[in-house]
Amino acid sequence: MSGKDEAELSRLLRAAIAGDERAYADFLHRIAALVRGFARRKIVQGGVDPEDVVQETLLAIHVKRHTWRHDAPVLPWVYAIARFKLIDAFRRRGRRIEIEIDEIAETFAEPESETVSERDVNRALDSLPPAQRSVVSAVSVEGRSIGETAAKFGISETAVRVSLHRGLAAIAKRFRAGRE
Amino acid sequence: MRTEDFIKALDADARSKALPLGTAWWLAAGAAIVIAAAVFWLTIGPRPDIAIAMHTMRFLSKFVFTIALAASAFVLVRGLSTPGASTGRAVSWMVAAPLLVIVAVILELFAVPASDWGTRLVGTNMVICLTLIPLIGIGPLAVFLAVLRHGAPTRPVLAGAAAGLLAGGLAATFYAAHCFDDSPLFVGTWYTIAAAILAVLGALGGRLFVRW
Repeated sequence: MSGKDEAELSRLLRAAIAGDERAYADFLHRIAALVRGFARRKIVQGGVDPEDVVQETLLAIHVKRHTWRHDAPVLPWVYAIARFKLIDAFRRRGRRIEIEIDEIAETFAEPESETVSERDVNRALDSLPPAQRSVVSAVSVEGRSIGETAAKFGISETAVRVSLHRGLAAIAKRFRAGRE
Repeated sequence: MRTEDFIKALDADARSKALPLGTAWWLAAGAAIVIAAAVFWLTIGPRPDIAIAMHTMRFLSKFVFTIALAASAFVLVRGLSTPGASTGRAVSWMVAAPLLVIVAVILELFAVPASDWGTRLVGTNMVICLTLIPLIGIGPLAVFLAVLRHGAPTRPVLAGAAAGLLAGGLAATFYAAHCFDDSPLFVGTWYTIAAAILAVLGALGGRLFVRW
C-alpha cells in the first residue's frame, strides 16, 4: 500500500466523481481487488462469503461516494467502509467479530475466483420491481451500454439512467434491511 | 452475479450526483439555526432586560458554554459521519465546554456565600429549562439525523449522540437568552441534563434511523 497507490486512487476517484466512467471502472476494479484481499483474510470461519462483502462494499462506496472529501486519503475511507460492511455481514449471520484495523496494511489485492455462486446481490435483484431489475441486469450481466439498454427496451437513455440509479439504491436498501 | 458484472452497473451510474457531505452539514447547520430561532421566538423569546443582562459576566458566560458545546459537537459529528476520518482531536475538544463550566462553577462557589448555593442551583426556571431546551433542539436534531443518514457513520449510535449534543448546544444558546438563572451552578446542572436528554434521543435516533 504505497503512497503511489494512494495518489493514483485519489486521482481516479476525483475523475470518477466528475463523471469520468473509465476512471471509475478502473477505480472500482482496483478497490474490488483490495477489498477482496481484506475480506478473505478476515473471514477465517465459514458462513460469510468474501465476495458478498466485496460487492456490498462496492455498492456502499458507490452510493456514499459523496462522503469522500477530495483532500482526504482514499484508502482509510475505503477500508472503514469495508470493515463496516464486513462486521455487518457477520452480525447478520449472528456472529461476533473484532477486526483490528492495523492488519489492513498486510492486505494484498486478489483476483475474483471463477466460481459463480448464488450471491446476496442476486436475491436483492430479484426483489426489485421488474423495470428496474431488467435494466440493472441488462447493464451488468448482459454488459450492455446505457444506449443499447435504451434501444432494447424502447425507452429513453434518461429513463434507463433513472431506473439503474433507483435499482442500485433499492439493492443498497435491501442489504440494510437484511441486517435485522 | 459476478463482481465484474456488478461493477458495470455501478460504473454506468457514475454520472448520478449527490450533495457533498461537507456542504450538507453547512446547509443543515443553517436550517437548524432557523428552526431553533423560530421555535424560540414562538414560545419564549428573549428576556425583557436582555440589554442590561448583556453587561453581566454571568449572562455572557452562558453563551460561551453553549457555543463551545455546539462548535465542538459540530466538528465531531462531521468527522463521525465520514468513514475513516480521524476523530481523536475532535473528541478531545469535547471536554472544552464541560471544562469551562467547571471553572465557572468553582469561581461561583468562591464568589457566593455557601448559604446561597442551594437557591442558585435550583433557580426559578428549572422545569422550563428542561422542557424548552429539548423542545427547541428536537427540530435541529431531526435535521442532523437526516444528514447522518445522508453520510456514512460507521458508529451510528455515537454519531447520533454527538448530533444530540450539537442540537443541545444550539438550543441552549437560544434558551440562555430567555433564562433569568445566570449562575454557573444552575447552568452546569440543568443545561447539562437538558443536553444529555437530547444526546440520548440522538443516540436512539442513530440506532434506529441511521442505516446504510
